[in-house]
Amino acid sequence: MMHFLLLFNRQSRLRLQKWFTPVSERYKRKVIRDMTMMVVGRPARSCNFLQWRDLKIVYKRYASLYFCVGMESEDNELLTLEVLHRYVEMLDKYFGNVCELDLIFNFEKAYYILDEFLMGGEVLETSKIDIGVAIEDADVLQETLEEYMSKPTY
Amino acid sequence: MPAPIRLRELIRTIRTARTQAEEREMIQKECAAIRSSFREEDNTYRCRNVAKLLYMHMLGYPAHFGQLECLKLIASQKFTDKRIGYLGAMLLLDERQDVHLLMTNCIKNDLNHSTQYVQGLALCTLGCMGSSEMCRDLAGEVEKLLKTSNSYLRKKAALCAVHVIRKVPELMEMFLPATKNLLSEKNHGVLHTSVVLLTEMCERSPDMLSHFRKLVPQLVRILKNLIMSGYSPEHDVSGISDPFLQVRILRLLRILGRSDDDSSEAMNDILAQVATNTETSKNVGNAILYETVLTIMDIKSESGLRVLAINILGRFLLNNDKNIRYVALTSLLKTVQTDHNAVQRHRSTIVDCLKDLDVSIKRRAMELSFALVNGNNIRGMMKELLYFLDSCDPEFKADCASGVFLAAEKYAPSKRWHIDTIMRVLTTSGSYVRDDSVPNLIQLITNSVEMHAYTVQRLYKALLDDISQQPLVQVSSWCIGEYGDLLVSGQCEEEEPIQVTEDEVLDVLEGLLVSNLSTPVTRGYSLTAIMKLSTRFSSVNRIKKVVSIYGSSIDVELQQRAVEYNAMFKKYDHMRPALLERMPIMEKSSSNGPTEMVQTNGETEPSALESKHPPPVTQPTNQANDLLDLLGGNDVGPVIQTSMPTKPPSSGGELLDLLGDLSLTGGPTSAPVSTGPPPQPGFLLDGLSSQNLFNDISAAGIPSMTAYNKNGLKIEFTFERATPNPNIAVITIHASNTTDADMTEFVFQAAVPKTFQLQLLSPSSNVVPALNQGTVTQVIRVLNPQKQQLRMRIKLTYSHKGSAVQDLAEVNNFPPQSWQ
Repeated sequence: MMHFLLLFNRQSRLRLQKWFTPVSERYKRKVIRDMTMMVVGRPARSCNFLQWRDLKIVYKRYASLYFCVGMESEDNELLTLEVLHRYVEMLDKYFGNVCELDLIFNFEKAYYILDEFLMGGEVLETSKIDIGVAIEDADVLQETLEEYMSKPTY
Repeated sequence: MPAPIRLRELIRTIRTARTQAEEREMIQKECAAIRSSFREEDNTYRCRNVAKLLYMHMLGYPAHFGQLECLKLIASQKFTDKRIGYLGAMLLLDERQDVHLLMTNCIKNDLNHSTQYVQGLALCTLGCMGSSEMCRDLAGEVEKLLKTSNSYLRKKAALCAVHVIRKVPELMEMFLPATKNLLSEKNHGVLHTSVVLLTEMCERSPDMLSHFRKLVPQLVRILKNLIMSGYSPEHDVSGISDPFLQVRILRLLRILGRSDDDSSEAMNDILAQVATNTETSKNVGNAILYETVLTIMDIKSESGLRVLAINILGRFLLNNDKNIRYVALTSLLKTVQTDHNAVQRHRSTIVDCLKDLDVSIKRRAMELSFALVNGNNIRGMMKELLYFLDSCDPEFKADCASGVFLAAEKYAPSKRWHIDTIMRVLTTSGSYVRDDSVPNLIQLITNSVEMHAYTVQRLYKALLDDISQQPLVQVSSWCIGEYGDLLVSGQCEEEEPIQVTEDEVLDVLEGLLVSNLSTPVTRGYSLTAIMKLSTRFSSVNRIKKVVSIYGSSIDVELQQRAVEYNAMFKKYDHMRPALLERMPIMEKSSSNGPTEMVQTNGETEPSALESKHPPPVTQPTNQANDLLDLLGGNDVGPVIQTSMPTKPPSSGGELLDLLGDLSLTGGPTSAPVSTGPPPQPGFLLDGLSSQNLFNDISAAGIPSMTAYNKNGLKIEFTFERATPNPNIAVITIHASNTTDADMTEFVFQAAVPKTFQLQLLSPSSNVVPALNQGTVTQVIRVLNPQKQQLRMRIKLTYSHKGSAVQDLAEVNNFPPQSWQ
């Protein structure tokens, strides 16, 4: 199972953090610090896998953002790269040509999409279509209950 | 109070801040506003405020005052509120705070909500951060939802169940009925999560594992359909249909087939099909191949399939993609124990990977290279590894140096080669070697008597070049102290002897004493070396002067040594030659029994320190073999350590045997201890009455037994008891072969009843030579906490005269002492 998923940019600003195990604030800060240091410092054409303590770290860079996952040693690294790619595809479909700014201003949507795709550190849904349908339906639900009629809600 | 600003506004404002201080100020202002808004219990804007709080939390600012507000949002009827509330709960709350328990009731209600998206939110939150108490309370609801026909909810319930089982393993049985028809679902999401659930259950419980073995045909069918089915746009990834599901099924098959022949056979075909038909041009195909290879290697596959798997890994090694090479190296590392020969074929490619620029690949290649070193390829491999050591990053040097030492120790073709190799490591990476390499090297040098002159000469030359690498300096000064006479007399057969005078040697050693580069430990070494030379050189006056100078050194250690050496010149001058004479051959011993690191003080009396070398970090077989060396021929067990007479104290890596004090009056016995009837048993019994001792002594008398004797293969068991745990019996099997043909691919397996635990260490080899020319040994450790009668079932497989032989036998004739 995955232990955490982090999104950060080259200046080490965190854009999304999902923790799949209960850990202390100190541990979270340490992980974030170590991951940003290790990943941002990697040269351009290196291997996407690292070892950190007893976890395998898989990271992939998309434009200005690094997507970084920490997972257990039995998990398949190559497949995790596909998982990250699928998540980016979902974000892209939802936001239309997603960029870092979309994720900054709509961070809660990024979390909602993530929660339809992954849960408890495992892949929840493998169909691209079903995830999109779920998000759209939930958004509709949100708006009919909401006074405000246009996206975004806030 | 005016409406709080919108989330987007806040984000925009914060992003305009130019300095950290400015940002902090804005955030503090906004937090104050949010706090007062919370105090006013404003329902309309609570959602907005919490969203803003979550943003600020992500920037790294404290947001704990929003926790209760999240709970209020979850309890609200509005979907927007619930959505933000649950998100906030997942980000701000965790199971270590009691606040999270207040969520339980809300989640319970929401699990029964009419809208599936609300139910989904509740399941998601429970499945991501539910604590054990929450899981216990809500497991029933999750189980209900696992049986629903709504696939959206069913898949979430399945992963939620996985989380519940991880938190509270006892609840596993509760979910068993619901798993009955999970695999007959058409929906891929449900299928995938069901496979994850089944995997989790099988990993945690052997009963579940045997129960679910019957699912293997169904899983094989599903996998086959995935591979053969046509294009499905919603699940397609680069031409492959639902790789996530395929990989998960392969993983579950691995667990189900692991120690079961029938299941493994049922999956042979599909594995071969996947292995040969998968498209390898894209990463996704390689991901599936990777998982397939792991599965093939782990189950009881037929040899053709295994060869196919290793070949796939070999192809991976040559792939341009770094990720694939990395993955190949990792997998080969896992399989190198079991399929050693197959992996050896790829040795040259692996060694090439040492030169790769990527750090991750280099590390894996290094680990794998060390695993592949054996008696045949040691010279070639060591050349490559030493070259790697010279040029690698500092983060690798320590591990590489340790690995080189280990490999050299095990497979050195000659003593000179061994010493040369160690010297090379010390000169190039001397500052990164482990602390215990110094005493190990000293012991090695002492034991190679014929190399003394060569060694001291080379070390002296190295010292002239560079005195900054402390381990090298320490070893060199020790050697010069011991063999200085050989150095000065210029008798060296191996190399061109150099001309050195006594004064030059003393210059060098004194230089070490004054140099800023030398650590206190090194200074101690060199002072002692100078002292030893007083019996080997003729210029005693100079040495006396040096020693007396350091009698007033600020460093306490040096001062004490110098004062005592001074005393040796004055009052004890008659004892000096005896005290400082050449060291005898030392026995290698691993630490057993009570040991402690103690600061050595500068004593040099003969009856003093029992010193022992700390064990090098060896692989389990080595440790087991050392255990055998000590216990094998020795009646009294591991308590007796080889005692060494006057070893001039060299602080650092010395261990002091606590019980060593007992041998004081017994006088030093020279190694090896294993011969002769030891008078010590009575002596030790008089001394301490430690429980350990009694156990050890009684362990000595367990007779060995013949466990199996058929078709020319004879297996004998010898027993020891491992300290400090008297419940562990250490059995060594000795397999010998009386026929006229070798038995190759010999594999010994053992199984014990449930009340025991068994650990099988690696065998010494897998070829039992013919006509009793040698034996294969393997160590078994059996934990027997209930002191029940030891029984064992053994399985032997080997190839004899071209045909494979397999046999099962029960071993019941264990001597009572082995398990009482």
